[in-house]
Amino acid sequence: MLPSFLILGVFVIYPIVQSFIYSFQNVTIGGSSTWVGLGNYITLVNDAQFWNALGVTLEFTVISVTVLVVVGFILALLLQSEGIVTRIVRSIFFFPTIVSLVTIGLVWKFLLDPNIGLVGGLFDLLGIPPVSWLTSTSLALPTIIFVNIWKNLGFAMILLLAGLKGVPLERYEAARLDGAKTLQLVRYVTIPGIRPTLLFATLILTIQTLQVFDLVYVMTDGGPLFKTDSLVNLIYRDGFVNYQTGYASAISFVLFLIIMLISALQLRFFRYNDVD
Amino acid sequence: MSTDTLRKRTRGRMMALQSSSKWIFLGIGVVLALVPFIWMISGSFRSESDLFKNPASLFPTSITLHGYEGIWQQLPFLRLLANSFIFAGVTTLATLFFDSMCAYVLARMHFRGRTLAFWLVIATLMVPFQVTLIPVFIELFHLGWLNTYQGLIVPRATSAFGIFLFRQFFISIPVELDEAARIDGASHWRIYWQVILPLSKPAIATVAILNFMNLWNDLLWPLVVTSSPNMLTLPAALTLFGGQHITDHAILLAGATISLLPIAIGFFFAQKYFVAGVATTGLK
Repeated sequence: MLPSFLILGVFVIYPIVQSFIYSFQNVTIGGSSTWVGLGNYITLVNDAQFWNALGVTLEFTVISVTVLVVVGFILALLLQSEGIVTRIVRSIFFFPTIVSLVTIGLVWKFLLDPNIGLVGGLFDLLGIPPVSWLTSTSLALPTIIFVNIWKNLGFAMILLLAGLKGVPLERYEAARLDGAKTLQLVRYVTIPGIRPTLLFATLILTIQTLQVFDLVYVMTDGGPLFKTDSLVNLIYRDGFVNYQTGYASAISFVLFLIIMLISALQLRFFRYNDVD
Repeated sequence: MSTDTLRKRTRGRMMALQSSSKWIFLGIGVVLALVPFIWMISGSFRSESDLFKNPASLFPTSITLHGYEGIWQQLPFLRLLANSFIFAGVTTLATLFFDSMCAYVLARMHFRGRTLAFWLVIATLMVPFQVTLIPVFIELFHLGWLNTYQGLIVPRATSAFGIFLFRQFFISIPVELDEAARIDGASHWRIYWQVILPLSKPAIATVAILNFMNLWNDLLWPLVVTSSPNMLTLPAALTLFGGQHITDHAILLAGATISLLPIAIGFFFAQKYFVAGVATTGLK
């Protein structure tokens, strides 16, 4: 146990405390640090870049998670039977989950390229002029959100499939005897039956999406005009490119708080619904 | 014809319609899921002029290997590949060893503060990795470990998730087995090594695959710890050089294809463990 706790202590637990301390300091790497009190947080509240990144991250998360849970649920419903074909289709949908975001970001960036990409090529065949998906201020964010959904759909599906298997078959039979149709079965048997899994999936996907970095870094690096700049991209830029270490720590602490808050909120919301 | 058979027939037709629209929907999904990968592999064999002239084509008009040649010439590719394997492989081995040992102690030994230790592990699971990134970077700077293998590996050599998963698995192994071994005079070390571990192959496979996959695919960590081209991992190098030093699309697509290979091969043979690992965590 000693090695694990040594590593966790030195590289996880102590840094959490240290990060909190840094957020009140003006840190120079390899030099001395000066105490600035709430200075970093005051800068943060007045920093348009921070609010922009927060807005981008929240929009990214809300849209991604909503679509992922809804479409993932539909896919899970359609593919819950056990058969060779459904199993192969499930594997195909799951595959992008295990591929690195760098590979996926790179491939989609090229696919969407107006000059060489397949998407532009097919549009051209249909007579639609090429679209600059990633350099347009209005389209760049929705495009990256789409790619994120494309990557994680199989993951959402697998999480929800596990829940579907847990709904007792007798409940479906009882409802069917009462004359329930397919959609009614979904509404009154399946959804209440997998509510804990829906919560789990929403929670996990939200926390994961709030930390979005790779896709943005590979596809647009926050551009155009910071329209796709997420919180972690901002932390990375301020911490490791601009060396505003203390300030970046303050932003990372805000992210930490948001993640904790959302976990708590979601837990309460779902428990409240269960009582209803 | 009785109304009953009529009803049955309409119902049968409705079901067939539902089922065919289901398969059309799934078919579109399958195409959407597969085409980017097919295009990636095909693109890695295409010339720039072919890509620019026939963007609507999914397949090369003529196959060229210049993408795969260029990646060796324009990047220290063997070194990058080795770095990725060392980083993901060594870290995974260390994690398996440390996590399972820690989990054994938490599952089988009785001592004061055991519950506290377990909750501490669970608590670290909830902390987003970005919060610790800056302090760990500064620690590594002071240790002189930036741009080194130990800097890449040691901070990631244990995972709270692995400890958690191993502990849950060990608890399910009957204690009677340990006791029988203890009566025969076995030490804790021997019980761990010769009784518990051999029974834990599914847990080992799940933790190993999940860790290797996450480390192999990781971008942010290698990007922060390494900067010299000789220490970069494959994803970090593809990102940094993509579009800047290398503008040839086939070269980057070849790099992306090669970096995907180990994971794809693993997935083909051990899909079960990939699904199990990813489904139980959600930790990316």
